[in-house]
Amino acid sequence: MSRPELVAPPEIYYGDIEAKKYTNNTRVQQIQADMTYRALELLNLPQDEPAFLLDIGCGSGLSGEILDEEGYNWVGVDIAPSMLEVALEREVEGDLFLHDIGQGFGFRPGSFDGAISISVIQWLLNAETSHPTSSPPHRLTRFFTTLHSALRNPSRAVLQFYPTSDDQIQLITSIAQKAGFGGGVVVDYPNSKKAKKVFLCLFVGSGGAQQVPKGLDGEEVDGDSQAQFEKRREKFSSRGKNGRRKNIKDKDWILKKKELYRQRGKEGVPRDSKYTARKRRPVF
Amino acid sequence: MVRLITHNLLACHAKGCTTNNFPLKLQDVVVEVREAEFNADFLRGFLPRIEWTALVNAAKELGDTSLPLEMPEMVDDEFLKNLHHVLLEIHVDEGAMVCPNCGHKYPIMNGIPNMLLAEHEIG
Repeated sequence: MSRPELVAPPEIYYGDIEAKKYTNNTRVQQIQADMTYRALELLNLPQDEPAFLLDIGCGSGLSGEILDEEGYNWVGVDIAPSMLEVALEREVEGDLFLHDIGQGFGFRPGSFDGAISISVIQWLLNAETSHPTSSPPHRLTRFFTTLHSALRNPSRAVLQFYPTSDDQIQLITSIAQKAGFGGGVVVDYPNSKKAKKVFLCLFVGSGGAQQVPKGLDGEEVDGDSQAQFEKRREKFSSRGKNGRRKNIKDKDWILKKKELYRQRGKEGVPRDSKYTARKRRPVF
Repeated sequence: MVRLITHNLLACHAKGCTTNNFPLKLQDVVVEVREAEFNADFLRGFLPRIEWTALVNAAKELGDTSLPLEMPEMVDDEFLKNLHHVLLEIHVDEGAMVCPNCGHKYPIMNGIPNMLLAEHEIG
């Protein structure tokens, strides 16, 4: 898997070209939309109540568009100017900020009813300079403490991200806990390499009454995003009940072949009879 | 696209700037009014979170004086309409926001405020 966060810092990686590519790619759009809906589901906002949300790393507004559709008021922050420009072109409704989330938010306490973030916080795990404020733990601490204070009590923050290792999940969750958040990690489709999605589901307040939701399990519904090799493997598993492969050269197949040979004018094709394709008995 | 609703939530987040860092002062602003969908429930729910004096002053700076100086006890439709206009329909397109305490200037370009800090300003 390619890791854009290892290539360059986000504001440089998502330059004009990459921002356009990212936004116009229908596959990316689909994945982002799915994850946004799932994040909203995990956010578990009260039904039919208008809410004011924070979209962390809103990018070109792929997730913001869905928030618009769902009727939420929102504020988006992102560090890549090119992505924000695309968001402006797409005329999303929310307010946009050019902001480095690793520097912390300046929002007043209790500003938001919830926060979502799609494929962002793995970008915080790379140090770009040797300055102490640029170390990942420091940036994560700034991010989580200021996010915690910006959220209302009770509320949730759902952050989807792509960790490379368990250590990263450990680091992120421990810093989030130190910042005062409750909650934990929700993993959707843990057994699928491609559909697996990690959501950090964080709670503010309400004294342990909130429970970490369960990750989705089993087969992924959408067959399109399944990897090619997995399909091939499925074909092999389509064997008969007793584990043996079904004989594909049955009577129909033999008749078809014989017919084909006759049409081609091949000599010595045996006649069709009641003995055609019949199983030979053991001689003795 | 800085609306007053977000301006009302925004404080300076530079290093060591913890007191008197709200509200950010608006400077050299270019304002655009864009209509938005009226949602009374949202406004009612948001009302307790508003810093009222900051909002009234900011609205005044942008040339809108439709809001009363004190938050009214009774919330009627006309008040909500005015509030809706001030909070959600006035967009600041160009200009800057200046911290009253440390003087940090957050420039607004194309409706997007630049909230980035220099290395020595990060808390």
